[in-house]
Amino acid sequence: MRFSGWRVLKEGLTGNKGWAPHWRDPEPQPEYDVVIIGGGGHGLATAYNLAKEHGITNVAVLEKGYLGGGNVGRNTTIVRANYYLPGNSEFYSHSLKQWEGLEEELNYNVMMSQRGQIMVYHNDGQRDAMVRRGNAIINQGDDAELLSREALRKLVPILNYDNARFPIMGGLLQRRAGTARHDAVAWGFARGADQRGVDLIQNCEVTGIDVENGKVRGVQTSRGVIRAKKVALAAAGRSGQVAAMAGLRLPIESHVLQAFVSEGIKPVLDHVVSFAEGHLYVSQSDKGGLVFGSYLDFYSSYAARGNLPMVEHTMETCVSMVPALAKAKVLRSWGGIMDMTPDGSPIIDHSGIEGLYLNCGWCYGGFKAIPGSGNAYAHLIATDRPHGAATKFKLDRFRSGQGLMDEEGTGAQHNLH
Amino acid sequence: MRITCPICGDRDRREFYVKGAALARPEASATLEDWHEHVNLRDNRAGETKELWYHEMGCSAWIEVCRNTVSHEIVSTRLAATADLGAKR
Ligand SMILES: Cc1cc2nc3c(=O)[nH]c(=O)nc-3n(C[C@H](O)[C@H](O)[C@H](O)COP(=O)(O)OP(=O)(O)OC[C@H]3O[C@@H](n4cnc5c(N)ncnc54)[C@H](O)[C@@H]3O)c2cc1C
Ligand SMILES: [Zn+2]
Repeated sequence: MRFSGWRVLKEGLTGNKGWAPHWRDPEPQPEYDVVIIGGGGHGLATAYNLAKEHGITNVAVLEKGYLGGGNVGRNTTIVRANYYLPGNSEFYSHSLKQWEGLEEELNYNVMMSQRGQIMVYHNDGQRDAMVRRGNAIINQGDDAELLSREALRKLVPILNYDNARFPIMGGLLQRRAGTARHDAVAWGFARGADQRGVDLIQNCEVTGIDVENGKVRGVQTSRGVIRAKKVALAAAGRSGQVAAMAGLRLPIESHVLQAFVSEGIKPVLDHVVSFAEGHLYVSQSDKGGLVFGSYLDFYSSYAARGNLPMVEHTMETCVSMVPALAKAKVLRSWGGIMDMTPDGSPIIDHSGIEGLYLNCGWCYGGFKAIPGSGNAYAHLIATDRPHGAATKFKLDRFRSGQGLMDEEGTGAQHNLH
Repeated sequence: MRITCPICGDRDRREFYVKGAALARPEASATLEDWHEHVNLRDNRAGETKELWYHEMGCSAWIEVCRNTVSHEIVSTRLAATADLGAKR
């Protein structure tokens, strides 16, 4: 089934009776070439890439809940390629390019909206840091523009430019950045993988990983034993627990991050705007709701809900930076479980056990990574060599201290990112 | 979330800074592998886990807190000084 404008029109006029389910609901087979643990964005994109780029179609994605029920459907949907450090820089650049062709690639409307993202600065020190970051982004081949206070005010008039403590002095704009519809990304990759023969198996929790003589043999699941030549982790916030099934300890702590949506209001904000002070990012969805968030709650957590102090902090920052929003009512808030590494950057690597691969540590930034990660992880699984855009996402950097990617410069230590 | 400081009693989460997992510190001469484990690797358990919290806006005590990471329930607390986490000298 292909989507097109014509098809939507025809179905609309004939009662929408011709749509079929987007993917099958297969029974698990006894054995696969590759089993992927986790049906979030990364797992689904990896399955799609294994089938499409490498012709490996005897693949199952095992998901303990439903497809897209994890972080892929819980994030604030920001997509950008404005990282600073080598390693992250080339990877997110690669991923953004994949985003730009994703809808045609998948024949699926992921509502990719390159509305531009602006990082606001409040003082000279931050301006210097933005100039440096902008230059790094341009060197990588992506776009960055430094905006003066006047230029920014023209573009985004609703901000509080004259806050006594944190006046807004300007911003760094990336026009190609923006947002995408998060569930649609999961659904689009799921449909594409299914069409190429991948089995998407929901309500199937992995409860054990079988390893014999240093080599992976398969997995134990709530729906029976499944053998596999290769097993690939993509369990995001649950990575530590899934890795423990193979006897591994990861450099990961799971933390909760909250997000908020206001009632729908008329268009007031065309871009994604993030603020350095107090840390806040806000955009307006197509339905009119303001989508915003701030820091982690900062204690380890497996509860997909947070505590009130961070709610309070987020609201305070929001009202000081965008005072007009004080009148909008908050409609919903929720939390997701983040797989935090000590340096705040991800891991795509061998696990040390033959046939077992790791994809984790996406912290609060793994949504924008989905197309690039699917591409790079599938490459690693299929060829046993890292993809060119993801050569620095090594597990061993924490042991050796070499090649740490601490974007925030706070130190590569748990609880600082 | 309210945390029971052994000295000050039940206090709001906002008064505390959280350091993370409460782990016994290796000796200075310990192997690279021991330090790597201590600094980076985590059990990251879903359930009861021991952490270090600092009563920053209170009495300045370091506290070992046993907390459930699924329910956020505070199970027990004691002064870190009594938890035997320091390196042997
Ligand atoms: C509030 C919030 C805001 C965010 N904002 C942004 C943003 O603006 N931009 C950005 O780039 N990133 C953002 N992120 C981060 C991003 O959402 C995540 O990094 C990314 O979605 C994680 O990868 P995933 O999609 O594969 O994870 P998930 O969707 O969580 O997928 C993992 C899957 O594994 C499954 N699983 C776990 N254990 C097992 C098991 N034992 N057996 C079978 N299945 C299992 C889970 O059920 C889950 O479906 C945000 C996250 C949150 C929570
Ligand atoms: Zn106290």
